[in-house]
Amino acid sequence: MASKAYDAGVKEYRDMYWTPDYVPLDTDLLACFKVTGQPEVPREEVAAAVAAESSTGTWSTVWSELLTDLEYYKGRAYRIEDVPGDPESFYAFVAYPIDLFEEGSVVNVLTSLVGNVFGFKALKHLRLEDIRFPIAYIKTCGGPPAGIQVERDRLNKYGRPMLGATIKPKLGLSAKNYGRAVYECLRGGLDMTKDDENVNSQPFMRWRDRFEFVGEAIQKAEQETGEKKGHYLNVTAATPEEMYKRAEFAKEVGSPILMHDFLTGGFTANTGLANWCRDNGMLLHIHRAMHAVIDRHPKHGIHFRVLAKCLRLSGGDHLHTGTVVGKLEGDRNSTLGFVDQLRESFVPEDRSRGVFFDQDWGSLPGVFAVASGGIHVWHMPALVTIFGDDSMLQFGGGTQGHPWGNAAGAAANRVALEASVKARNEGREIEKESRDILAEAARTSPELAIAMETWKEIKFEFDTVDKLDVA
Amino acid sequence: MSNSHEVGDFQTAQTLECFGFLPKFTQEEVYSQIEYLIAQGWTPAIEHEHPSRSTHHYWTMWKLPFFGESNPNAVVEELNACQRAYPDHHVRLIGYDNYAQTQGVCFVVHEGRS
Repeated sequence: MASKAYDAGVKEYRDMYWTPDYVPLDTDLLACFKVTGQPEVPREEVAAAVAAESSTGTWSTVWSELLTDLEYYKGRAYRIEDVPGDPESFYAFVAYPIDLFEEGSVVNVLTSLVGNVFGFKALKHLRLEDIRFPIAYIKTCGGPPAGIQVERDRLNKYGRPMLGATIKPKLGLSAKNYGRAVYECLRGGLDMTKDDENVNSQPFMRWRDRFEFVGEAIQKAEQETGEKKGHYLNVTAATPEEMYKRAEFAKEVGSPILMHDFLTGGFTANTGLANWCRDNGMLLHIHRAMHAVIDRHPKHGIHFRVLAKCLRLSGGDHLHTGTVVGKLEGDRNSTLGFVDQLRESFVPEDRSRGVFFDQDWGSLPGVFAVASGGIHVWHMPALVTIFGDDSMLQFGGGTQGHPWGNAAGAAANRVALEASVKARNEGREIEKESRDILAEAARTSPELAIAMETWKEIKFEFDTVDKLDVA
Repeated sequence: MSNSHEVGDFQTAQTLECFGFLPKFTQEEVYSQIEYLIAQGWTPAIEHEHPSRSTHHYWTMWKLPFFGESNPNAVVEELNACQRAYPDHHVRLIGYDNYAQTQGVCFVVHEGRS
């Protein structure tokens, strides 16, 4: 093959990066972007620009390109599709060769795919809708420290979703009073409790004091109930060194699980902590503060299904997914789409759930879906139906707002959960029959009867902002 | 203003995990759960243990898991036989899911005396 001559200047992106005949390889990393270009620029040129700017390209040809085989390394825009119901935007599909990315680094993948390109002037908006990670790349990632199956075995929790609660008030309690709130929830029937995301180590409650009191709360509740208990000790910290110091102490006080905020803490910290948890037999609960900044706008940013996939690769045993029915944003089909990405070993393309690619997860362990935020006993049958057994249902106000206190609130939720699971197993349609199922269970549980009375009027019926694209 | 007359006391209980917060199941209710686990394609199994050792991961197996068993009545018979042989022990019913390699169902059917 004759070598190419160097031709300096600015070329159209589409000459090199728009390749509609390209058939993606099994090893390619595929991405689907929702693109809203400036009105005068052709779609092919915009799609090619996205492929170029998120892979090998820059705005001007440079001589050193000719020292390598850019045909091998370049990203390729290979398909354009209309966005249903949205004439202004289109989907651009881009294939990236696997060698563009460092093994086991979602940090590197995101730095390329959602780096400079998102500020590119030829675009009005850009949203990364989905990534197909090739199985060859997945095999280079550590993934969840334990996974669903191992967590169930360690904690002896089978045949039902787990129950949790975030301790309230979220800020301001002393360590001893905080441990009291934890103990009351756990003795009442919750499996685990959770530090609120912004509980780190503030002046009113330093982390070490919190860990010690919470450790005692867990041990005492386990002895009295005969069940395994835990509390997600939040080790999110200002530096990795501090994070690991806290993680070591969480293990020392006997909690089976700790917690990290993967977006504010960052993927580097998260992947490191996941590796530490795997080495130390600790479970890892993942909170998602800051996600709505990134994922809520329907035309710009990164869809949460991508963040969820990245978290499964980086490592975490639980991830918050929204509740569909509670106080926070979340479309039902879209939520089910990314819940599958957390838990299944293979997820087929399904546009009705916002899934743009087949995704093979191989043997990567699964992640529990966490439903948390504005939910209470009346939601229980719907939550069991939506999320199934491999989930963690967290009732904060819905436990601790009970008129008799945390233990009774916990018991009310546990009774409602077990009644829902029992009825489901008996073949009943528990969402439709929710009122009857809960009323039957409340006959032998005054705690549940009071909870049902307390929260009977509370609903959060606002339309979602980020809907799936349909005509 | 005192509200002490309105607030109930919640007593901590030994609850033995799944279904521990519901009233003891009737024969029919146990039968439904056996039907469910068989319908899922899971394998019924029975384990028992003295209450003093109930927090151990391993309880003692009653015979072997009943591979291929599709008759709920046969499982009921085995539950009763296990309880007769170990009247002081907790007896639990399990549905082994060999695909996910976990237990799709696991709950205590008879509580032993501690």
